[in-house]
Amino acid sequence: MMQAIFIYLATVCVVCAVLTVSLRQPVYNVMALLTMFFHVAGLYVLLNAEFLAVVQIIVYAGAILVLYLFVLMLLNLRSESRHLHRQWPFAVLILGSVAAMLVGAMQAGGFGLPTGEAPAQVIQAVGNTESIGLTLYTDYLLPFELASLVLLVAMIGAIVLTKKELIQDHGEEQS
Amino acid sequence: MTPTIPMSSVVALLPEMIVAGFACLVLMFDLLLPRDKKDPLAWFSLAGVALAAFATWRIKYAEISAFADTFVVDPYSNFFKFIFYVIVLLVILLSRAYLKQDRIHLGEYYHFVLLVLTGMMVMVSATDLITVYMGLELVSVTLYIMAALKRYESRSTEAGLKYFILGSFSSAVLLYGMSIVYGVAGTTNLQGIGAYLNGAGPNPAATAGLIMMVVGLAFKVAAAPFHMWAPDVYEGSPTPITAFMSVGPKAAAFAVTLRVLIEAFGGLKSDWEVILTVVAVLTMFVGAVIAMVQTSLKRMLAYSSIGHAGYALIGVVVGDALGTFSVMYYLAVYAVMNLGAFGVMIMLRNAGLMGEEIDDLKGLSKNHPWAALFMLIFMFSLAGIPPTAGFIAKFYIFMSAVNAGYIWLAVVGALLAAVSAFYYIRVIVVMYFQEPDGEHVLTLNAGMKAALVFSVLFVLLLGVYPEPLVNYTQSAILNF
Repeated sequence: MMQAIFIYLATVCVVCAVLTVSLRQPVYNVMALLTMFFHVAGLYVLLNAEFLAVVQIIVYAGAILVLYLFVLMLLNLRSESRHLHRQWPFAVLILGSVAAMLVGAMQAGGFGLPTGEAPAQVIQAVGNTESIGLTLYTDYLLPFELASLVLLVAMIGAIVLTKKELIQDHGEEQS
Repeated sequence: MTPTIPMSSVVALLPEMIVAGFACLVLMFDLLLPRDKKDPLAWFSLAGVALAAFATWRIKYAEISAFADTFVVDPYSNFFKFIFYVIVLLVILLSRAYLKQDRIHLGEYYHFVLLVLTGMMVMVSATDLITVYMGLELVSVTLYIMAALKRYESRSTEAGLKYFILGSFSSAVLLYGMSIVYGVAGTTNLQGIGAYLNGAGPNPAATAGLIMMVVGLAFKVAAAPFHMWAPDVYEGSPTPITAFMSVGPKAAAFAVTLRVLIEAFGGLKSDWEVILTVVAVLTMFVGAVIAMVQTSLKRMLAYSSIGHAGYALIGVVVGDALGTFSVMYYLAVYAVMNLGAFGVMIMLRNAGLMGEEIDDLKGLSKNHPWAALFMLIFMFSLAGIPPTAGFIAKFYIFMSAVNAGYIWLAVVGALLAAVSAFYYIRVIVVMYFQEPDGEHVLTLNAGMKAALVFSVLFVLLLGVYPEPLVNYTQSAILNF
């Protein structure tokens, strides 16, 4: 049963990911992406990570994709007559062989049994949200804080690159 | 249960906190200053860098593992941090005049420079794949913005966009590799991965993850065949930012590559050795041959920077104590000499002249003998001609290769270095043996003079007396 659900979710994920980059209409692309995010959330549920699944839906589907849609509708993009690059068969060929090699390598190597600090039993014992919180704010505190700097610089960057008055007057500059 | 952060972790992170704190203070301080008077921010940022350097120096002798082994302060990371302080010092001194000239002397510029510095410092200290990635991403995201800073010029915005798209792509490849490695080893800690791989023996899945990580990192250091973005991005970005990009983040990416390959993937050396040998030869070849046909000085220096990454990669391929030493030494020397060459180029920029073509240097020796002499020294050093520091650095790289039995690699490297000397010398020929088209008006201020004199002295003194830096580098190599 679990395996059947997994195969369903994984297949839809892959198909939607391909559709996201291959459909002609930008709005359809976003919709395919949205479907993919929902199914990724399903994968998280299968892995006993309910909190992540909820966050995935709230943040990605709820916030980020809505923004994408807004931008697309504001920009009023025209769909191009040739939307795929001329070399797309080569790209498919090369990526297909890379993917085949990766699958082969993983089959041969195998991921083995669940490893790491937080397999499903541990998570169920402590509670989903709590175990994420504990790990994130103790062991991984530093990467967490760094993420805040990345977000800060993205924000400042957006302002610098778009705000009108920041560029100094075109007149002669005294230095 | 209330988790606590041990004091030693806070101490270990002190230099990074100082730099990030100053980066945020710059933003606030910026509001107090009128739009065309941002100079105090440069001095303020330099004060922050000096303070961070002092903190690094105070904790230099301790080896502290912090934040549950995601971060470490060791001689290796401190060595690179000192290089970064010098790089940021030179970049800030060199960039002021150019930024004013091109009307992008914004307070935010210093914010970005300091945040890139923070990211680079985290990268070299990271001992966990997640920390490595966060540091890398902080550096990359900031650089995308800096590349597009001259946003009224299509060349610059194009550079920013190209860098962003290809950079995100390479980050994704790197991240995918990391996730496969995590799936195999069950940990993101570098030592943990190393221990797992040594215990469990060869595993094709681990090798697949390793290959993807190497590809991602090769993108970041602009090694062929993943160098395509570099010439366009380097050419389009404002010159001081190009100078910064071609030395700082590159050194940081090399530091990360060395640490990841040696600490985590030491057991798979036979795998990455082969990949990196191919990449190193290709990179040196591209750097030497394509640079020859460039007419733009900036583009030529971009290809030259690709070539230099190739020489440094030889040391990574060797991968023993001497190899690591030679890479670190090479990166330190390359940083200063390349910044010097870019510094001369920034000087040429004035209201009427972009100063980015090789022809713009015509007859510089007649108009400004000192500027031409400085450029000559930097070009000699980049080409690896004695008695400059560049020669000693290349010498150690080739020596480490010969010592470890990679004689053919050293021969190929030396041959391609000889080929690349051609285009460095062409610059000198243009400066000394061609008549000037007109008067060169140099953009120069005291800070730039200081930075250029420092670089020249560094290149010349270490060319004849390399011992101090050699000794310091030797004390800072990774443990084997």
